[in-house]
Amino acid sequence: MSAVSVNAWMEAASAAIAADAERLTQLDSAIGDGDHGTNLTRGFRAVVEALAGSEEPAPGRRLILAGKTLVSKVGGASGPLWGMALRRAGRAVADAESLDGPALADALEAALAGVVELGSAEPGDKTMVDALTPATQALRAAVDAGQPLADAVAAATSAAEEGARSTVPLQARKGRASYLGERSIGHEDPGAASTVLIIAALGRALEE
Amino acid sequence: MASMRKLLNDPEDVVRESLAGLAVAHGDILKVDLEQQIVVRADAPRQGKVALVSGGGAGHEPMHGGFVGLGMLDAACPGAVFTSPVPDQMLAATTAVDGGAGVVHIVKNYTGDVMNFKLAAEDAADEGIEVESVLIDDDVAVQDSLYTAGRRGVGATVLAEKLAGAAAERGDDVVAVAGIARRVNERARSFGIALSSCIPPAAGKPIFDLPEGEMEVGIGIHGEPGRRREPLGTAREIAAELVEAVISDLAPADGAEVLVFTNGMGGTPLLELYLLHGEIERELTERGLRPARRLVGPFITSLEMAGASLTVLELDDELAALWDAPVHTAALRWGT
Repeated sequence: MSAVSVNAWMEAASAAIAADAERLTQLDSAIGDGDHGTNLTRGFRAVVEALAGSEEPAPGRRLILAGKTLVSKVGGASGPLWGMALRRAGRAVADAESLDGPALADALEAALAGVVELGSAEPGDKTMVDALTPATQALRAAVDAGQPLADAVAAATSAAEEGARSTVPLQARKGRASYLGERSIGHEDPGAASTVLIIAALGRALEE
Repeated sequence: MASMRKLLNDPEDVVRESLAGLAVAHGDILKVDLEQQIVVRADAPRQGKVALVSGGGAGHEPMHGGFVGLGMLDAACPGAVFTSPVPDQMLAATTAVDGGAGVVHIVKNYTGDVMNFKLAAEDAADEGIEVESVLIDDDVAVQDSLYTAGRRGVGATVLAEKLAGAAAERGDDVVAVAGIARRVNERARSFGIALSSCIPPAAGKPIFDLPEGEMEVGIGIHGEPGRRREPLGTAREIAAELVEAVISDLAPADGAEVLVFTNGMGGTPLLELYLLHGEIERELTERGLRPARRLVGPFITSLEMAGASLTVLELDDELAALWDAPVHTAALRWGT
């Protein structure tokens, strides 16, 4: 049965964010303050370093370490939000030996609940929740339907992409973009865009 | 990088190296812990005194590090440019200045600041430190509704730090000190305009383009565009627009004494700022208000952004007395 390697997931996410940092920063310049790419790049690099220096075998505990690292390294809103997401994801799978399909679905649901609790954003507010919600639902549905994990992750990635695209016509109701009122309409939410990269990175972290 | 017109070595080191310079320049007032990235009053902790801690992204200097000292903040924790600091910094600052009487966190209402300070306050409580958090949200450019993150914390932050700092210095307890900061927030409103964007060192280019002859109206302090764009008016017209936005929302009593804070955004010279301040006072007086205290200068900035903001605080006798109380910080000093 295949599963997700936490280290490989975070390494792939870190590489994808670093490669796309310029685009994320451009999206953030349009409706925020233009630092999303640099902040997340810094944070995920720290996560990769922290994981490399850890002997912890349980994937849940590795996710908690990743979350704690983001909280203490990133700042801004994305640090606490992704930090909370990964910490809750880690706690949800506790001491499970591997992050297989059902465990990953539990982890993503817990991550989403943590983000909603801390940021109190709802779908349609033009935030990362608009990408993470459909991704979580798609992954859960695919896993429940007995699809291979690779297909489930692909479905989650497509759903996240569609969710991020759906933020373009929305008016932001949370975060710094909300200060712009109607001027936030017509731009993709940078938090939703980086969420796509992090979900898509799951696809490069599958092991048998 | 050579093409960026900034005095720096490496954009990644800008905050840390600036703090190192602050420490050298003002060693009699404050000390800097570069490891934790916090600025602490030189004589901290003061036993029995309520301590004030604030923080936020860098790029707003002299806020907050320039307000550390007698009669104002006990510690400041700067994050990266325009990015909230992390809970570890806030906790380090809180424990460094706690004198056993509790700590007040002054938090500007931005999503990141609020989340990180919330996590830090929980950590401090775990260590047995009583923390009162005060949220500053005085910017009338943002409608406070279910459809936004709420009003931003801007100019009233400076006033709250001064007045609550004076209250702590005279021996008020932690609830009373927090109460003064909340009273300032309730009685103050702000509004700002920009004549240019700013250039975050990490990005190296302006956040937005502003064509000649136009201004951004209703800006915050992070280089984000404002609520709308208008043709650039005269100082008199801009003063009238600032006063109208602030006073229509604040709705002070007729003949009220007010503190007038004309703030520069970082790139506007004092020559223009004083000119604008004169127009603002004239406008306020014509509306039947009585300017009784003033602060003019760049105190809560947005890097090199050109522009200004107006904060008006409706005074009462206690707030006026707290304003006059001694303060000795890098950026504000009187009565000592």
